[in-house]
Amino acid sequence: MNESDDQKPGPPTEATDAIGRMGQSTPIDLEAVQEKLRAEPGPAMWRSLDELAGTPDFQEWLHREFPRQASEWVEPADDGVSRRAFLQLAGGSLGLAGLTACTKQPLERIVPYVRQPEEIVPGKPLYFASTHVHGGYGYGVLATSHTGRPTKIEGNPDHPASLGATDVFAQASVLDLYDPNRSQAIVNLGRIRTWGAFVNEASPLLKAQQALGGEGVRILTGTVTSPTFADQMKTILAQYPKARWHRWEPAAAHDEYRAAVAALGGPHDRIYDLTQAKVILSLGSDFLTQGPGSLRYSRDFSRGRQVRAKRPVMNRLYAVESMPTNTGTLADHRLPLPPDEVAGFALALAAALGVASGAPAAPLSPRAQQLVAAVAKDLQANPGASLVVADGYAPQAVQVLALAMNEKLGNVGKTVRYIRPVEADPVDHLRSIQELVIDLNAGKVEALFVLGGNPVYTAPADLGFAAAYQKARLRVHHGLYQDETAQLSQWHIPEAHPLETWSDARAFDGTASLVQPLIEPLYESKSAHELLGLFANQIDASAYDIVHAYWQKNLHAAGAAGGDPEAAFRKALHDGLIPGTAEPAVTAAVNGGAVAQAAASISGAKPDPQAITLLFRPDPTVYDGRYAGNPWLQELPNPMTKLVWDNALVVGPALARRLKVQIEDVVEVSIRGRKVKAAVWVQPGHADRSATLHLGYGRWSAGPVGNGRGVNAYALRTTDALWAVAGIGLKRTGDTFNLASTQNHHLLESGTDEMPTAEKEVMARRPVRTGTLPDFLKDPNLVHEKPGLPKTPETTGAEDLTLYPRYEYKGYAWGMAIDLNVCTGCSACVVACQAENNIPTVGKEQVLKQRAMHWLRIDRYFEGDPDDPQVHHQPVPCMQCENAPCELVCPVAATVHSAEGLNDMVYNRCVGTRYCSNNCPYKVRRFNFLRYSNHDVPVLKLRENPDVTVRMRGVMEKCTYCVQRINRAKIDTEVAGRTVVPGDVQTACAQACPTEAIVFGDNNNPAWESTKRKADPLNYALLEELNTRPRTTYLAKLRNPNPDLLGATPEGKRI
Amino acid sequence: MPQIFHRSTNTIAKVSIFGGVFILAFVGWVYSELLRSHYVTGQDVVKPQPVPFSHEHHVAQLGIDCRYCHTSVEKSSFAGMPPTSTCMNCHKQIWTNAALLEPVRSSYSTNMPLRWSRVHDLPDFVYFDHSIHVAKGVGCATCHGRVDRMPLMYQNASLQMEWCLDCHRNPAKYIRPKDQVFNMAWQPPADDPGLGARLVKDYHVLPPRNLTSCSTCHR
Repeated sequence: MNESDDQKPGPPTEATDAIGRMGQSTPIDLEAVQEKLRAEPGPAMWRSLDELAGTPDFQEWLHREFPRQASEWVEPADDGVSRRAFLQLAGGSLGLAGLTACTKQPLERIVPYVRQPEEIVPGKPLYFASTHVHGGYGYGVLATSHTGRPTKIEGNPDHPASLGATDVFAQASVLDLYDPNRSQAIVNLGRIRTWGAFVNEASPLLKAQQALGGEGVRILTGTVTSPTFADQMKTILAQYPKARWHRWEPAAAHDEYRAAVAALGGPHDRIYDLTQAKVILSLGSDFLTQGPGSLRYSRDFSRGRQVRAKRPVMNRLYAVESMPTNTGTLADHRLPLPPDEVAGFALALAAALGVASGAPAAPLSPRAQQLVAAVAKDLQANPGASLVVADGYAPQAVQVLALAMNEKLGNVGKTVRYIRPVEADPVDHLRSIQELVIDLNAGKVEALFVLGGNPVYTAPADLGFAAAYQKARLRVHHGLYQDETAQLSQWHIPEAHPLETWSDARAFDGTASLVQPLIEPLYESKSAHELLGLFANQIDASAYDIVHAYWQKNLHAAGAAGGDPEAAFRKALHDGLIPGTAEPAVTAAVNGGAVAQAAASISGAKPDPQAITLLFRPDPTVYDGRYAGNPWLQELPNPMTKLVWDNALVVGPALARRLKVQIEDVVEVSIRGRKVKAAVWVQPGHADRSATLHLGYGRWSAGPVGNGRGVNAYALRTTDALWAVAGIGLKRTGDTFNLASTQNHHLLESGTDEMPTAEKEVMARRPVRTGTLPDFLKDPNLVHEKPGLPKTPETTGAEDLTLYPRYEYKGYAWGMAIDLNVCTGCSACVVACQAENNIPTVGKEQVLKQRAMHWLRIDRYFEGDPDDPQVHHQPVPCMQCENAPCELVCPVAATVHSAEGLNDMVYNRCVGTRYCSNNCPYKVRRFNFLRYSNHDVPVLKLRENPDVTVRMRGVMEKCTYCVQRINRAKIDTEVAGRTVVPGDVQTACAQACPTEAIVFGDNNNPAWESTKRKADPLNYALLEELNTRPRTTYLAKLRNPNPDLLGATPEGKRI
Repeated sequence: MPQIFHRSTNTIAKVSIFGGVFILAFVGWVYSELLRSHYVTGQDVVKPQPVPFSHEHHVAQLGIDCRYCHTSVEKSSFAGMPPTSTCMNCHKQIWTNAALLEPVRSSYSTNMPLRWSRVHDLPDFVYFDHSIHVAKGVGCATCHGRVDRMPLMYQNASLQMEWCLDCHRNPAKYIRPKDQVFNMAWQPPADDPGLGARLVKDYHVLPPRNLTSCSTCHR
């Protein structure tokens, strides 16, 4: 199957008109924008190119909180009942409306246990330590169980890879458990069968194979770190010596493995200690949000960056990359370069540090040269306290150079250490799947067991995997969904969700921990361990038996406390990690030959200066496509593009200008005869001569949620170019496609062109206040008394200009402080909030109407040149204003103030006038235009947090600082006879945050971190000139620029 | 121009204006009475139960403490309904053949739970917590009435918001010493009118402004 577009539908090209004009933006003339900006400076900070250009579209977004016709009561593609007709009907029934209060409550049943388990107290959740596995690697989590229903995942503070934090995938994994589209039965050729039937068919074949040494047996998995699984495989391969275990993890960092093998002589993993690193260079690596160690790295990096007046020190991060990454947006100096020039940059830097010789094939720009010199000097000034990171998807040569540079800088053993690989029996995944395809095509494969992956969708396009796969005589697929691979398999065995079964996994540093179930399997499903039991004649062994038996034998070897192995197992289960399993550092030296070879491959490359390179990257929300069926992740805005429900061909403004394409234009992307059609997204900060396409979309067997979303990047991805392919062709098709991006949603009022200059200056707010570390050292108040910043109510005396007497908050005064200096935009808080507060998803059509329901949004601002802007992330929950504008306008008192300063929202009182949202300057209120919560699918009801009301149609909702958690903490502490102190309560967003950017506490108690932050001079309130006295405040974002780079560059640009 | 209306219509107009006010007031009164009626609130209504369990017998005559069955009342929002095994602790020994107890025995032997009717059923948007009320000296009988005098359980109070607020606005009226919480018969001592106010202070009961914040019960 070498043709690429036979099975992947491109995006539907006809614009769905029912969506209305808000979805379809008028084209932005990027040339004209540049002209205009040369004549007069645009807004200092902007959220989108529309805002920078001041397009009429943007004005409409700004001035209409609910876009035109947003309240039309029209279903898409359906001219049903209009708003006017609806009002007529509503008026007619008004006379009867009062009688609804006479409804009697239905009889409710209480169903107690027959024999109540000892540890269960109805009404009180239990927490179980478990492990979240993503891409094979695990990290410790604590799962919440409400009388047997897992409802929420939090990080395990004791686990070194989590330290209490979570990422978007762990937060969303609980929804997968209850996904009604999960596969629910063993299927054989489209018919539901039993486990026994499968065993009857597979066993004789395996027995026959055993006699042949298993030469026809192949097992294909993703990355495996599970010690139990690895042990089972070892036993199986001993029994079937000629069987093969293949690996294919589509979004694993394949070049990390290859670089280590080439340069270090073995597949060593690198572990970084970012607490020790003062100067860090990222060469296209998104180490803060991607990779198995990213949560830990985020925490460590953040600790070196939380600047306070009392601790004015800060690490320095340089980033050289093509596609803007979360890591890059935190950089003090970020240089967007096309991929070949990133490699050239790495070589020039390696040469400057004296680890390699040679020069890049194409000379670097003066700006890049200046940066090379400055970075080299900065790195050399910090031997042993610097770090060059190229982990992830950078090419092998760049990663080899990074290894060599770290060694030369004396960082090995300090900021970086090598460990034996955490992956069990590591192999080169690409070579592994290539060998499998060769064997399949040669007809050597009798039985192929695909455990957990989806290779029909994810395998490189040139392998023709789908065709080869069907040459295996027995094809067994084991997975959570009946995905593309399941469609081509004879047998599909449903996989048990990690919250339903036993397993184990290892973290990035080797720490092993157990996966434990919180609930009996909802459907007939098997864990991978149970499936492997088939080979060892352990057909009826449960996952618990297998995992438990393995650790009974190995807990002592793992260095657990001596004595009773059962007690040690129970302790490991309780603590959520097995002590002593972290890998010790090993020594390895970089092989000079490999470095020379890497340098030669970069200097010898003959890049075509016109060629456009296409980068493939795992999607920040649906990853390699495995989460495409998860609506929380589909509707989570991509941190950079803010796109939901689709991917797009991401290009920089420079390339868009040259190609004369606009956002939403459909282009045909072709490479060596393979073609897909993709809509264009113009992303400020994306390097020229390159484009990025995220993996994970364009699926055709992902259920109703994931099917047909976006375009399939795998159709272009071949074995020789897994992460970047040069020389793609881009052709405009003349079509357009509606993309749903939330970047223009919920805008804060700012100056507009029609305003008089004086007024415009007042309105030219800086929602994200910024400064530099040297300036902060000179003047700690720089974010408050800068010309151009609005005067604060305190300084103007407007503080008491309110009709209401000031209320004195005795007791608790809840507040939040968000450190913008460390927010990476990773969005874990957004999904955590969604899970905690039963926030529904609304679908693409509703998002286009600006109706996404996330209570917590992350505003992303650009500053400066569209080709190379600075990017700021600003999480915006409800500000809980003390002088709340929303409360005054509610005609039914459905939003009122609590005695502890919360802006309470009373759903059962709300009649849906939406006045409160109109009057909210921060635009943090969300309205249920339709019945978004799913009340119809019983299994989805199990997921809801029982402590939070499930809202119905016509009701306004918003962030309440997780008031259910506050009340829980207040009640529990009062019953115990004390007050709430730090550690007793955290909001869901603060608990999930990997960088501690969000902290929550009691403003009246100086012991809380949030209170300490509020006392810092960097603390400011968003739109504080409105005198709303918000309880959520921000710490300004500081840069720590290299003094050598403070002057203008030869091109007159900032570096 | 001749008069269109006869003089007598003046009277009709006056009566209808006067009457209109009263008719509207009457309709309003009927409506508010209807909302508070036992028909709507369920107050004093006995609901069908799988077993005619008598609190009067078990509490007053046998002297079983509330917490023997409602085990989580001091530590959880939910007071707890006894599992069948709690009933069988005694009924394995006594009344082992009583026909009334057949559902209990069959639940115990078949492992199928009993399905009781909820007597005190707050709307789903109200988040009530037993543990904090018990910890602050609100007696069981204050809300549930003299359960020891109820052969069949019924709802003693209206459970409407105005009823909740009556106490949340002035807890001193209802609060009792913590050691009397489970005492069905406790009465405020006539000779110590300051007791409630003193207990509110001693037990650190939050001021009415906090207790009447919406998010105290709604979220």
